[in-house]
Amino acid sequence: MAHSYTPGLTVTERTTVRRRRILPLPGSVLVTVGDAVHADTAVARAELPGKVVPLNLANQLGIAPDEINDYLVKKEKDSVRKDDVLAENKPFIKWFKTEIRSPITGKVESVSTITGQILLREPPRVLELHGYIDGVVAEVHSDQGVTVESTCSLVQGIFGIGGEASGELVMGVKAPDQPLLPEQLTPSMKGKVVVGGAFLSAATMARAKELGIVGLVVGGIHDKDLRALLGYDLGVAITGTEQVGFTLILTEGFGTIPMAPKTFALLSAHAGQKASISGATQIRAGVIRPEIIIPHSGPAAVTKVAQAEREGIQLGDPVRVIRDPLFGKIGAVSGLPSELRAIPTESEVRVLEVRFPDGTTTVVPRANIEVIEGA
Amino acid sequence: MTAAQQSPATSNPTRPLNVIVATDCGSTTTKAILIEKIGNEYRQTYRGEAPTTVEAPFEDVTRGVLNAIAEIEELSGRTILDGDRIITPNQAAQGDLKRGVDIYVSTSSAGGGLQMMVTGVVQNMTGESAQRAALGAGAIVIDVLASNDGRLPYEKIERIRTMRPDMILMSGGTDGGAVTHVVEMAEYIAAAEPRPRFGSTYRLPLVYAGNKDAQPQVNTILGEKTALEFADNIRPVLERENLAPARNKIHDLFLEHVMQQAPGYKKLIEMAGAPIMPTPAAVGVIMETIAKREGINLIGVDIGGATTDVFSVFGGLFNRTVSANLGMSYSISNVLAEAGLENIMRWVPFTIDEQTLRNRIKNKMVRPTTIPQSLDELQIEHAIAREALRLALIHHKSLATGLKGVQQERTISDVFEQRTSGKTLIDLLKLDLIVGSGGILSHAPRRIQSMLMMVDAYEPLGVTTLSVDSIFMMPHLGVLSTVNEQAATDVFVRDCMVYLGTCIAPIGQGKDGERCADYEVALPDGRIEKGTLAFGDLKLFSLTRDQQATVTLQPSKQVDLGEGPGQSFTRTVKGGVVGLMLDGRGRPLQLPTEQAARVALLTRWYQAVGLYPTGS
Repeated sequence: MAHSYTPGLTVTERTTVRRRRILPLPGSVLVTVGDAVHADTAVARAELPGKVVPLNLANQLGIAPDEINDYLVKKEKDSVRKDDVLAENKPFIKWFKTEIRSPITGKVESVSTITGQILLREPPRVLELHGYIDGVVAEVHSDQGVTVESTCSLVQGIFGIGGEASGELVMGVKAPDQPLLPEQLTPSMKGKVVVGGAFLSAATMARAKELGIVGLVVGGIHDKDLRALLGYDLGVAITGTEQVGFTLILTEGFGTIPMAPKTFALLSAHAGQKASISGATQIRAGVIRPEIIIPHSGPAAVTKVAQAEREGIQLGDPVRVIRDPLFGKIGAVSGLPSELRAIPTESEVRVLEVRFPDGTTTVVPRANIEVIEGA
Repeated sequence: MTAAQQSPATSNPTRPLNVIVATDCGSTTTKAILIEKIGNEYRQTYRGEAPTTVEAPFEDVTRGVLNAIAEIEELSGRTILDGDRIITPNQAAQGDLKRGVDIYVSTSSAGGGLQMMVTGVVQNMTGESAQRAALGAGAIVIDVLASNDGRLPYEKIERIRTMRPDMILMSGGTDGGAVTHVVEMAEYIAAAEPRPRFGSTYRLPLVYAGNKDAQPQVNTILGEKTALEFADNIRPVLERENLAPARNKIHDLFLEHVMQQAPGYKKLIEMAGAPIMPTPAAVGVIMETIAKREGINLIGVDIGGATTDVFSVFGGLFNRTVSANLGMSYSISNVLAEAGLENIMRWVPFTIDEQTLRNRIKNKMVRPTTIPQSLDELQIEHAIAREALRLALIHHKSLATGLKGVQQERTISDVFEQRTSGKTLIDLLKLDLIVGSGGILSHAPRRIQSMLMMVDAYEPLGVTTLSVDSIFMMPHLGVLSTVNEQAATDVFVRDCMVYLGTCIAPIGQGKDGERCADYEVALPDGRIEKGTLAFGDLKLFSLTRDQQATVTLQPSKQVDLGEGPGQSFTRTVKGGVVGLMLDGRGRPLQLPTEQAARVALLTRWYQAVGLYPTGS
C-alpha cells in the first residue's frame, strides 16, 4: 500500500531556499549570476504596456466607419499628447466643425475601418522586480528574471494575506500562548515584522496599520476579523495581492491557537534580524504557503539544492492535529496501525496514534495531522 | 526510458480488450482503476490513488499516474509497469495471466482543468451560446465578455489582459449579419495581447465561431497574435444553436496546445491509447449515455473539492455547467460566502455559535485534505454540501435554457427581452433520475446521507430515483466509452452506479402533522403498508434494488403529485440500497426560523430515516 501522504509546513533553523523572481512579461535582467542582492535590490525590469483607450471616431463624427481615414489627423503609430486633435471633419461652414481630441498622452495603436474605432495606448509603465530576499543570484532566466538563493531560517505559515515585505523581526509577546494586544504594539515597531502568540484581534490589526507595522505573524485570528479587515468574505484561499496596510501570516489556523513552540522559539532566536515575508497563499494545485525567511549573514554559496524526500510519516515525528476536536494540539506519532479503523462518523479510515506532551495519547485520522517539517 | 522510446498503450481494433487501466488526474489526486473481463462481462476490480504531480518538485503528471498504477499492481498482483512504461498488450496469450494491460486511457482536470474565456455580442444570446459550447467541452468559463455586458471598452481590455485563460472562444453575430460588433471585440482582444496560463512562448489558442462573414477581418486582427482557428458559427441563425463544431475544435486545441504545455502531458498523451479527455467532458459522455439508453430525464452532479459540475438531460437536450467556486474543500469557504451562514445553519441539527462555525470552515479551507472526525463535524459538512448542491443547481438552471426569445415563436422584437423569454429546461416534476458523484456523496458513511443531501438540496417533485457513483469512476468510464462502449456500460451498471432508491415528494404545503396524503405501498413480499403521510413526515420503506413496489397515494385536496391537486396517484417504483422514501415535508421545503424548533424538526427527520448513529 502506498504510504499516507501527509503534507507539512516547514519550520527550520537552517536551509537553502531559492526564489524565482520572474517578470510578468519579457524585459531585461539587471544582475548576473553570483551577484549579491538584497530584498530591495532591483533584479529585473520590464515595461508594462500602457492602458488602451478606444474611441469610436465614426460615431462621433457621424460618418461611415470606412471613411475615417479621410478624417484622421493622426495616423496609426503616431504619438499623441492629451488634447491633440485626432480627427476632424471639414464642413463648409466653420461653425459646424467637429474636432475629436485625444483624452490621453500616448500613441495611436490601431485604426479600424470596420468599426470606425481608433485605439490609443498610454505610454508603458516601468515595473521593477526586487530581489525579495537577501542572497545571491543563482540563475538568470534570460529576459524573464532570476533565481535568488539564500541560506536562511525558514518558517512556513498556513495562511496569509498581503504581499512581500521585509523588516526587522520583533517579538510582541513573551510566550506562544499569549495573545498580541494592541497596547503591546509601539511606535518603535514601525517598518518591522511583529510576532504575536496565540491570537490577535481586529483592534490589534487596526493599531498595527496605524503604526506602520509591515508584518504580523501570529498563531490564529478569527474569521470574522479577517472579513472585517478585507471588507468581504474570503471564498477561496488565493491571496497575496490584498492591500490592508500590512502582511499577515497565520502559523496555525483560524481561532485562538498557540503558536507551535518550535516556531515561536525559532522566531525568538532571530529577533532583531531582518526577515523577508510574503503572505501569498494558494491552496489549490501548486500550493503556495506564506513564509518568513530570515537570511543568515555572510554570502551564501551557490549550491545545488537537494530536494528533501519524505518517506511518509514515521514514529516519533512531531505532528500537529489539524482538525477539531483537537485542532492545534501538538504531539509526536506514537503508533501507526496499518488497518483501517472506524471513527465516530462511522467512516473507516487510516489512523495514527499521537502522544501529547502531558503523556496522554489519542487516535486521529491520518488525514487530520500535519508533520512539522524541518526538524 | 524517454518519452520517445515509450510505446503507447494503443488500442488495436483487432485486439480484444480484456484488461484495461484507466486514470483520472484530478487537481489533487490521481485515481486509477483496473477493469478486467471476467467471463463475458467487464468488472472494475482494483483501485489505486496517489497525489497528482503536476506541480513542483515533480512537475510531471505521469509520476502520479505511475504511482496510482503501482498501487493497483500491489493490490492486484498484476505487473502493469515496466519502469516508466505501461506493458501492453496483456500477456495472457503468452501464458502470463498477471502481466500487462490491453489499453490505458485517462481523463484530466489537473492544474485547474481547461480554463476558458468566451466572448459574444449580446450577452444573453451569443454570449450564453458560447458559454454553453465551452462548458459542454468540459471547460471552466472564467469570464463572459459581450458588447452589451455593461463594461466600458477599456475595462474589457483590462479584464482580457489580466485573465490568463488556456483558450478563448469568440462568437457573435448570425451568418450574414452585421460584423461590426464582433470585429470590435477582436480589436479589444488584440489590444489586450492576452497570454496563456501555461508557457510564455506559445500563442494563445483562440476559436472563432461567430458570423462567418467576419472571418477575414478577424484573421487580419488576430491571426498573428493568437493561434487562431475557425469553427462554424455557434448561432448561425437566431433560432438555432450549433455548438458541436466549436466544441470539437476546443477539444482538438486542448490536446494540441493546452495539454502540451502542462507538465508531463506530452508523455501522458503518448502513454494513452485514446485521446485524453477533460474530466467533465468524460462525465458528460456518461450522463448523456445513461439518459439516452434509458430514455429518461436526469440531473447529474459531481461535487468536488474546488468545483461542482452539474449535468442535465431533459428531452434529449444535454447541458453542463460548472460552478467554479462551489466545492467541499478548496472552495468550502466560498459556499459559506455565497449561501450565507443562515442557510448553512438551517441544516445543522444542533446549535453552534457563528464564530466557531466560521473558524471551522476556514480551517477546512486552509487544510482541505482533512476529514470530519466527529459526528458534529460530519453534520456540518453535510449541511454545507446541501447548500453547495443547491446553489450549483440554481446556476445550472440559469444556463440550461431554451434559446432565449426564439423558441416560443414570437416576433424578432422579443429576442431582446431575453430574461423573461428564456425558460429553463429543468423541470423537477419531469425529472426521473438524480446521479450524484464526488467524495461527499460517494464516500458518505451511510448511503441514506447521500440520498437525503440530494433530496434536501434539489427538492425533487413527484417520483424521482436517486443514485450515486460508488467510488468515483464516471470520468474513467466516460473516456473508456469512446474506445469500448460495452466495457464502459458493463462496469457502469455493475460497479459504478449504486441505486439508492426512490423518493416520492408531494407538492404542496401544510401545517406540521396535517394530512398530506394517504398511502398504500404494496411490497414485493405481498405485504401492504397503509397509512397517512402527514406534513413534516419522512417515511422510509425497505426496498432493494431488484425489488419493486406499487405505491398509491391519495393526496389531500391542495396537494399535487403531478396528476393535479387532490388527484390519486399510483406508480410502480424501484428500490435501492436505501429504499423507498415518502417525503411529506412539503414543497417548497420550509424550515422553522426559530432555532430550537428547527433543531427539533431536523432531529425528528434525521431519526426517522436513521441518518446518523443514535446516542450522539
